[in-house]
Amino acid sequence: MAAQLTTDAGHDNHGHDDAGHYPDFVTRWMYSTNHKDIGTLYLIFAVIAGLVGGALSIMMRLQLQTPGMHFFKDPHLFNAMVTAHGLIMIFFMVMPAMIGGFGNWFVPLMIGAPDMAFPRMNNISFWLLPASFALLISSMFVEGDSGGHGVGGGWTLYAPLSSSGSPGPAMDFAILSVHLAGASSILGAINFITTIFNMRAPGMTMHKMPLFVWSVLVTAFLLLLSLPVLAGAITMLLTDRNFGTCFFEASCGGDPLLYQHLFWFFGHPEVYILILPGFGIISQIISTFSKKPVFGYLGMAYAMVAIGVVGFVVWAHHMYVTGINVNTQAYFVFATMVIAVPTGVKIFSWIATMWGGSIEFRSPMLWAIGFLFLFTIGGVTGVMLANAALDREYHATYFVVAHFHYVLSLGAVFSIFGGFYYWFPKMTGYLYNERLANIHFWLMFVGANTTFFPQHFLGAAGMQRRVPDYADAFAGWNWISSLGSYCSAAGVIVFLYCIGQAYMRKIPAGSNPWGVGADTLEWTLSSPPPFHQYMELPHID
Amino acid sequence: MRLGDKVSGWLGAIGATLVSGLTARVAFAGYGRGDPWQIGLQDPVTSIARDNVWFNDVVFWMMVAITLFVMALLLIVMIRFNSKANPTPSHTHHNTLLEVAWTVIPIAILVVIAIPSFKLLYAQYSYPKPDLTIKATGNQWYWSYDYADHKGVAFDSYMLKDDETQALRDKHVDAPRLLSVDNEVVVPLNKVVHVLVTSKDVIHSWAILSFAVRTDGVPGRVSSTWFKAERLGVYYGVCSELCGKDHAFMPIAVRVVADDVYAKWLDVRKAGGKGADDKARALIQASISVPNQAVAAAAPGAPTTQTP
Repeated sequence: MAAQLTTDAGHDNHGHDDAGHYPDFVTRWMYSTNHKDIGTLYLIFAVIAGLVGGALSIMMRLQLQTPGMHFFKDPHLFNAMVTAHGLIMIFFMVMPAMIGGFGNWFVPLMIGAPDMAFPRMNNISFWLLPASFALLISSMFVEGDSGGHGVGGGWTLYAPLSSSGSPGPAMDFAILSVHLAGASSILGAINFITTIFNMRAPGMTMHKMPLFVWSVLVTAFLLLLSLPVLAGAITMLLTDRNFGTCFFEASCGGDPLLYQHLFWFFGHPEVYILILPGFGIISQIISTFSKKPVFGYLGMAYAMVAIGVVGFVVWAHHMYVTGINVNTQAYFVFATMVIAVPTGVKIFSWIATMWGGSIEFRSPMLWAIGFLFLFTIGGVTGVMLANAALDREYHATYFVVAHFHYVLSLGAVFSIFGGFYYWFPKMTGYLYNERLANIHFWLMFVGANTTFFPQHFLGAAGMQRRVPDYADAFAGWNWISSLGSYCSAAGVIVFLYCIGQAYMRKIPAGSNPWGVGADTLEWTLSSPPPFHQYMELPHID
Repeated sequence: MRLGDKVSGWLGAIGATLVSGLTARVAFAGYGRGDPWQIGLQDPVTSIARDNVWFNDVVFWMMVAITLFVMALLLIVMIRFNSKANPTPSHTHHNTLLEVAWTVIPIAILVVIAIPSFKLLYAQYSYPKPDLTIKATGNQWYWSYDYADHKGVAFDSYMLKDDETQALRDKHVDAPRLLSVDNEVVVPLNKVVHVLVTSKDVIHSWAILSFAVRTDGVPGRVSSTWFKAERLGVYYGVCSELCGKDHAFMPIAVRVVADDVYAKWLDVRKAGGKGADDKARALIQASISVPNQAVAAAAPGAPTTQTP
C-alpha cells in the first residue's frame, strides 16, 4: 500500500495522466484524501441513515395511527425510537448530506480549488460518523431509563432524566456518539473555513462566490462556535453520571436548567446549521432554472450572515415555560422575531430571482419551488411560536412538532432532494428518469404535507409531543397524519428506484445537462469530474 | 395528465377534510379537552386564556395572509415566467426600493405583533393576590398536590387506566381515556389560584390549555403560574415534558366547583383518614349538574355520558 502511494506521488510530476488515476479500492475509500470521494461517502452514509431514521418515523406513525398501545406495547421503546429518530435525522442524515456530502463535493469545485485545505482531516471527519452511528445503535441494546433499553430522553437529552433518571449505560453510549459526531463536524468546519478563505481561485473574490459557498461558510462558523458548547454540556452530563459531579443535579446544588441553557446555546444555531446549506442549494437551483442570477446577491449573502449571528442570541425561546424570568422571556421574544426579517428577505429574493426569468420546471426546480412555499409555512408558525405568550399554549405540543418538521422535512429535506437531483448528473455522469423523479416529488409533497399539516391542529387542541398514545379526541388527525407518512415512504422507494435505474441505464449526462442557467464552475468540468481537477487554477473574471 | 388528476384528487380530499373540520369546530367547543377534528386552541375559561386565543387568532390570520401572498407570487411567477411564456430571461438582479420595502414592511408587521405580544406576556406574569395556593409536584409518573393554605390537604393524582375509564363511561360518567384521574384538583369558581410547580425527580410540566397555563416542574426549583377560572367544569391537561416511560400517562385534571362545594370538599380532605379519596370523589360527582356544563354532550362523536 505504501509503495503504491509513493508511486502515485511520483506520478504527480507527469501532469495530466494523474488527473484520472484512481488508487486501489481500500486506499480510495478508506484512506481517501479526495473531496469528491469523501463527499460520495457522506452521501451514501446519509441515504442509509435516512432510511433508518425514516423507518423509525414510519413505526412511530404506525403506533400513533390509532389510539391505544396497539403496535408497541412498551412506551419506553417508543421514547427510544423518538430519540433515535431525532438524533439520526439530524446528525446522520441532514448534516452529512448537506455539509459533508454536497459541501465537500461542490465547495472546492465552485471556488476553483483542487481539493479541501486539509484532505486527510476531511477523511477522519467522515469516518468518525460510522463510528458515532455504531455507538448510537449500541445504546439501543443496553439499559437506559425507565427500566428499558435505549435512550428515551428525546434528542435534547434533558437532565436530570438523562443523568440520574437514566441509570443504565445507554446514555453514556449516546453521549460518546454525539461527541464523535460533534468532533467530525468541528473538524469539517475548520476545513471549510480554511478552504473558502484561502483557496479561492484568482479572481474569485468573496463577493463573487456562489451563494452555496457562502451558506457553507456561515454554517461552518456556526458549527465551530456552537458544537464546543454542546460538547461541554454533554461532558458535564457524563461526569454527573459517572464521576460524581453535580452540574445538573438539584439534590447536591446543581441546576437542571443549566443543561438546557448550554444545550440550546448549541441547539438553536444547530437548526440554522440544518437549513443554511439548504438555502444555498435553493439559490443555485433557482438561479439555474430561471436562467437568471440570484436577485440581490449581497442581500442574500449577508442575510445568511445575519441569520447566523442572530441565531446565537435567541436560544431561550426553547425555554419560555421553564420558569425563567419574564423580562428574559421578553428579550428572547424580541430577538427571535428579528430573525424573521433576513429570512423573509431571502424568500422574497428567491421569488424575485424567478420573476422575469425563463423558468424550466425540471425536477430540481420542483423541489425548490416546493421549498419556497413550505418553508414559508414553517417559518410563519415559527413567528407564532416566537411569542412567549402563545408558546405557553404551544410548547411541547404537536404544534411545535409540525413547525419544525415543516422547516426540516419540507425545508431541509426538500433542498437535499433538490440538490441531489440537481447534482446527481455531475457526480455520477448519468441522467436519471425525470418522470420518476417528479413522481418522487409529488409523493413527498403530498405525503409530507398530509403528515404534518394536521399536526398543527393536534398541537392547538392539546396533544403533547413524545407520546405513544393520546386521548381519543385526537384520533382523527392522527390517522390522517399516519396515512401521509406512508405516502412519503412510497416516495422514498421511488427515489431509490430512480437512482438505481439511473445507474443501470448509464445514460451520459455531459458536463452541463441544465443549460445556460448553470453558470457555476462545476458545470465547466466533465461529469463526473476528473479525480483531480484544476491542476491549473482557473481564472475568474 | 394522470398525475395531475391524482394530485387534484388528493388536494380535494385534504380540502374537504379541512372544511369539515372547520365547520365541526364551530359546532361544538373544546372546554378543557380536545375535540375530535379540532382545529384551533381549546376554549378559554380565564381572561388570560381569552386574550391568548384572541392574540393567536390575530397572529394566525396575519400569517395566513403572508403565506397566501407568497403563494400568489409563486403562482404568478410560475405562470408568467415559465420558459414557454417568457423565452428570454431578464437580467435584473437589483432593485433598491424593493429590497428596502421587503425589509421594512416585515419589520413593521413584527412590531404590530410585538405590542400585544408583550402586553399579553406581562399580563400572564402579573399575579393578582391569590385566594388559594396549590403546590403541584411532578413525580414519575403522577402528580402530587398540596393545598398550601390548609394543613393536611394533600393527595396524589394518578391517571385512571383504560379499563377504569371504560367502566366509568359504561356507567354514564364522563371519563375521557388518558385524561381522567383518580383525585382531581378542586378549585372554587372565580377565585385566583396560584400554582407552584416543582418535581421530585425529573423535569415534568404542568399545563391546562383552557387556562393558557403551562410551567415546567424542575427539581430543585419552584416555578409558578396562576389562573382564575370563570366557568364550572373539569379541565384537563397533560404532562408537557418528556419524563420517562409514562410521560403520556400522567394527566392533570382541575375541577372548578361552586364555593359551597369547594368548602365541603376541603372539609372532607382536611378530615382525611381512610376513604377520604372516595368521599371526596363522591362529593364532586354529586355536585355535577347538567345545565351549564352540557356543551360536550351535544358534540357528535362525544361520549353519551353525563356531562362533567
